[in-house]
Amino acid sequence: MSKISLIIEREYLTRVQKKSFILMTILSPIIMVILVFAPIWLAQLSSDETRQITIIDQTGLYDGIYQDSEEYRFSYTQGTLSPAEMRADDSQPYAYVIIKNNLLDDPNGMTIYSQKQITNSCESMIKSKMEEFLKNEKLLSYNIPNIKQIIDESDVNLSIDTIRLEEDGAETQTSSELVMIIGMAMTLIIYMFLMLYGGQVMSSVMQEKTNRIVEVMVSSVKPFELMVGKIISIGLVGLTQLGIWILFIAGILLSVGAFFSVGGAPDAASIENMTAVAGSINGVDTAQLAGSEAGIAQEIQRLIGSIDITQLLVCFVLFFIGGYILYASLFAAIGSAVDNESDTQQFMVPITFIIIFALYAGIFSAENPDGPLAMWCSMIPFTSPIVMMVRIPFGVTTWELVLSMIILYGSAIGLAWVAGRIYRVGILMYGKKPSYKEMLKWIRYKA
Amino acid sequence: MYYLEANHIVKQYATHRALDNVTIKVPQNCIYGLLGPNGAGKTTLIRIINQITGPDEGEVLINGRPLHPSDVEHIGYLPEERGLYKKMKVGEQILYLAQLKGLSRNDAKESMKYWLGKFDIKGWEKKKIEELSKGMQQKIQFITTVMHNPKLLIFDEPFSGFDPVNANLLKQEILEMRDKGATIIFSTHNMGSVEELCDEISLINRSHVVLQGEINSIREQHKKHLFKIEVQQGSLASNELYEILETKERHSGHTYTLRKRDGQMSNNDLINLLTQQCQLTGFEEILPTMNEIFIETVGESALEEKNNTSQSPKNYE
Repeated sequence: MSKISLIIEREYLTRVQKKSFILMTILSPIIMVILVFAPIWLAQLSSDETRQITIIDQTGLYDGIYQDSEEYRFSYTQGTLSPAEMRADDSQPYAYVIIKNNLLDDPNGMTIYSQKQITNSCESMIKSKMEEFLKNEKLLSYNIPNIKQIIDESDVNLSIDTIRLEEDGAETQTSSELVMIIGMAMTLIIYMFLMLYGGQVMSSVMQEKTNRIVEVMVSSVKPFELMVGKIISIGLVGLTQLGIWILFIAGILLSVGAFFSVGGAPDAASIENMTAVAGSINGVDTAQLAGSEAGIAQEIQRLIGSIDITQLLVCFVLFFIGGYILYASLFAAIGSAVDNESDTQQFMVPITFIIIFALYAGIFSAENPDGPLAMWCSMIPFTSPIVMMVRIPFGVTTWELVLSMIILYGSAIGLAWVAGRIYRVGILMYGKKPSYKEMLKWIRYKA
Repeated sequence: MYYLEANHIVKQYATHRALDNVTIKVPQNCIYGLLGPNGAGKTTLIRIINQITGPDEGEVLINGRPLHPSDVEHIGYLPEERGLYKKMKVGEQILYLAQLKGLSRNDAKESMKYWLGKFDIKGWEKKKIEELSKGMQQKIQFITTVMHNPKLLIFDEPFSGFDPVNANLLKQEILEMRDKGATIIFSTHNMGSVEELCDEISLINRSHVVLQGEINSIREQHKKHLFKIEVQQGSLASNELYEILETKERHSGHTYTLRKRDGQMSNNDLINLLTQQCQLTGFEEILPTMNEIFIETVGESALEEKNNTSQSPKNYE
């Protein structure tokens, strides 16, 4: 036993002290943040350029219904312009909108010309603005008294609360979007960790074999001890990294919380800025949001509070450990059987296939967390760590959780045993790439 | 008293029997040579003694009792294919492997100091293995093998990769350890060093022991009744009792290589016979070298094997 702990100690310390580990641990969250926010930022960049749209209104009915925004600038003219003239036009607006007839009488009376294909968002903006205007026009034409006031009042802004009925009778306010985001994040993290650290187990086993250090090692310790020591130490490295990230995120959340509660009053201006940015991202009316700014922080806190973070973390760690043992054993067996990186392909393909299937199953389970796909895949040990993590934020019954975990741990331990049998023979075999059949034979060899 | 006995060992791989009823008995405090061509089964036997793999049949006794897992702490093993963790520092590497052999960290440090001093490489603890030359890595590997002062040492081709100076240094170390009471199993193809170092040998060929015993008696058994004769006056010619195979002129006489025709005739009789014909100044029996015995024995069985339908042996060694 003390030999395993020696192996774990050495493997763990050398890995944690590696520059690449420290860099990865610090840089990954930063890269993640950049990956999430870069597209949003880029999308904003492109919209900074304002697009010129010329409205040629031959009816004169629709003057001024489009108003200049950050993205679009409108100019109105009357008269006619043939396509040839448009082409020759020096000012080159982004698009021409030609209105030939009264649109209430002739719905096809509007045409958009442009030199480049206009964006979908631009077209729908033009369309929806006009439709709204026409709807109001139509209503006004019925000559109902106070119609203007009625229309204004009918402009309702909805905000739906979703409430989950807990088994203990409590009502928890939830946000299905938040739950889904958390589930997906968990799934991706667990997928990433399984691939990353499983892969590390494999390359480390292979390195020991090609280094020939392994023969010296197994003359001091049992091959199984060596394998288990390696799997445990690399798993601990993974958990260390995860722990650091959780502290990281907790730190950020806490400091953001402190910022909202302490700096709330004096920093109202900056909050207004932030909400303005947030508003423009979502295309929501900024002024409306600004009014409820004080509630936002509370809202976020309450929604996060609605998810049982402790349960989530405990389950995450347990499923991670189970899934990791399962896959790491497979990877260790493969690493022991081959002599070089290129020979691993043959064995990696089926594993990659399964793990990617699990990822997709996880993603689709987010749509229907209690459907048969989600249900079955959260019981099959090769997919359950990934799929279960999607389902947990939506709420999973306890018996399902327990059953899934028992199956996972049972098969993980079984597989570790089988992998140990292959490992013990494989590490001392050089030269030939073994076939599956041979590897099955190794399992039956006497120790 | 035998320190190590491996009795009737059988090891079967899928299609290939690596060891077939192999028995070796290694006396305490002796250097035991394990010889044989590539793929004969030497490494398999060594791995069984090291408990890296188990025999299908037979038993291994150490000090008269069956091998126990904790016995690895009394065995030092230098495999033919050397290997160390390349990125690890020399000191850490030595301490780690010594601790895995059951030494406490402090004892390991103590022992490391001694051995680094002995090989004149003090102050190397902080260097990484990959920064060292191959010969230096071999030294470190040797140190890791003997660090825990094992009672049984197993060396598989220990001299490969060493220059003559360091090979000699190593030889001295091996002899010194024997003198201090260690039992040593020594596997090699270098027959010169076998004659020089080994007390007893086993020659394994195609999974079987084909020759076994004390080195001197083996050479005695395989003698071809050849003699180196130096004479000052007179000359010798072949007759019914002996034949002259080679004659060399010296400034004052001849040197002959002579073969007795009758193995039963004693050397004294031969000397008597010779002194009647010439002035004898030198008489020496030429014993076969281990190299010759090796080639002869392995060659013979290879021939036998050829007569039987030849199987394709797999390289499990």
